[in-house]
Amino acid sequence: MAIPKVMGTEIEYGITVKNDRDFDPISSCVLLVNAYREDHPGRILWDYDQENPLADARGFQVDGEKYTPNQQENIARNKTLVNGARYYVDHAHPEYSCPEVTNVRDLVVHEKAGERIVELSRREATQLLPPGTEILLYKNNSDRKGNSYGSHENYLMDRRTSFKQIVEHLMTFLVTRQVFTGAGKVGSENRAHPCRYQLTQRADFFETEVALDTMVKRPIINTRDEPHADREKYRRLHVIVGDSNMSEYTILLRSGATALLLSMIEDGALRRDLALRDPVRSIKEVSHDPTCRRELQLENGKKLTAVQIQREYLEMAHKYVTGKNIDAVTKDVLVKWEHVLGCLERDPMELSREIDWVIKKALIESFMERKGLDWESAQVSMLDLQYHDLRPDKGLYHLLARQGRVERVVTDAEIDAAITEPPADTRAYFRGQCLKRYPAEVFGVNWDSISFGIGSEPIKRVLMGEPLKGSKAHVEGLLTSSPTARDLVRNLRA
Amino acid sequence: MADTKQTQKPKKGGDGEGSGSGESGQKLAKKGEALKEEMDALVDEIDEVLEENAEEFVKNYVQRGGE
Repeated sequence: MAIPKVMGTEIEYGITVKNDRDFDPISSCVLLVNAYREDHPGRILWDYDQENPLADARGFQVDGEKYTPNQQENIARNKTLVNGARYYVDHAHPEYSCPEVTNVRDLVVHEKAGERIVELSRREATQLLPPGTEILLYKNNSDRKGNSYGSHENYLMDRRTSFKQIVEHLMTFLVTRQVFTGAGKVGSENRAHPCRYQLTQRADFFETEVALDTMVKRPIINTRDEPHADREKYRRLHVIVGDSNMSEYTILLRSGATALLLSMIEDGALRRDLALRDPVRSIKEVSHDPTCRRELQLENGKKLTAVQIQREYLEMAHKYVTGKNIDAVTKDVLVKWEHVLGCLERDPMELSREIDWVIKKALIESFMERKGLDWESAQVSMLDLQYHDLRPDKGLYHLLARQGRVERVVTDAEIDAAITEPPADTRAYFRGQCLKRYPAEVFGVNWDSISFGIGSEPIKRVLMGEPLKGSKAHVEGLLTSSPTARDLVRNLRA
Repeated sequence: MADTKQTQKPKKGGDGEGSGSGESGQKLAKKGEALKEEMDALVDEIDEVLEENAEEFVKNYVQRGGE
């Protein structure tokens, strides 16, 4: 039986400062992250002791220097939020990791809440800059000059499913899901074939099939084995091949179909004849073909389009859920998956309300037609970038959403609530509530631990190796019967 | 933001309006005209918010690789 697909996303934002010739991304990121203020005054460390980004899922440990900042730097670069998220500086980008959720609808809510938190901090930080300058942030993945920054999805998996099994089935799925996960990009980069417009921001950057690296020679499947949970029982599949999506519909389908596929892998429900001969080549072939008609070479000699392959996965998914008592969100994912593949088979441009790369392409084409522009024009490049602009009044996705020109799947009220409310059904609830209730005593946090510094007592670390424990149902009683952190620690021991 | 042709088409699987197959040519022309005006308005609105000096802006947008 597949285990529940606890999930979350990590989004790195593009950052620049308008009218600042001396723009320094790192100091701007530090300013940005620290401009976001919550009610609590806590100075909370990110607990790097629990992290191991150099462990490889294929069973070895890679040599390398593990990054551990000093205490002051740690606090300046890391913010753990009352909604259970982490907002921090990663290299030269602001990054938002949403709290753990149990379903894709909540994922949309929390990823979108992240956008609003980052935008709030942008406004605050801009106030601290000289007049005339402004921090600008983009939820995209490329500067179109060969530099990419990430959008990572995380899915909890059963450790008993071998990494080899995952790779075997996931590779083709990830290459072909681009037809509905792409955020769209004008042109190509990183020595890929020239093109006018492609489905994804990231395909040009993938150079190998399976590896540990995420920054150079990027792999389609990343082997980082850092479960942030009981490593005897779980793995955290770290999917680095996706784009940052603006469309709620796209986020829901992207992660919903992927989570379902991973459950099918755990349950051995996938056929084995969809392996691609050359996934690294195919990922670019799919991305560079807005007609979605190009055939890919399979290992078994057959040729199929990405949409045909996705149709096979959908059929297997339908079979998989038959007779199972599936939840409403999964049902919705299947309906959307069906709808999207149907449109892609007829004419991808039918998806100009649902799927990011099509929404953006239709927008650009309308603009080009009326203005007499071509794909090489600077204004077209600007449209591409500004689609991802976080400012509600300037971002083109936001403009379309405001006019009801894109499909929504969650409400603004749900998103706003998630700015300060953790999900109720994962350990993020306990993390967020501890920050709300005992901010002065929370000493350090990581995904799978929280530690308390109470008076002169030694630091006490509470381990949270089970992502589904620490939910409201589990800990509400404990929290209400613990007015202080001291009570909490005592009650936990009892 | 779809062009005229796309937005006229009935929405499949969604909750869009029903098909316009029974409509007269005159009605369709009117609808087409309205859609065209709507698109023109959208393009104007984009024009207003689109970053000025696009060429320089896009050229200067350089990021360090991340992840």
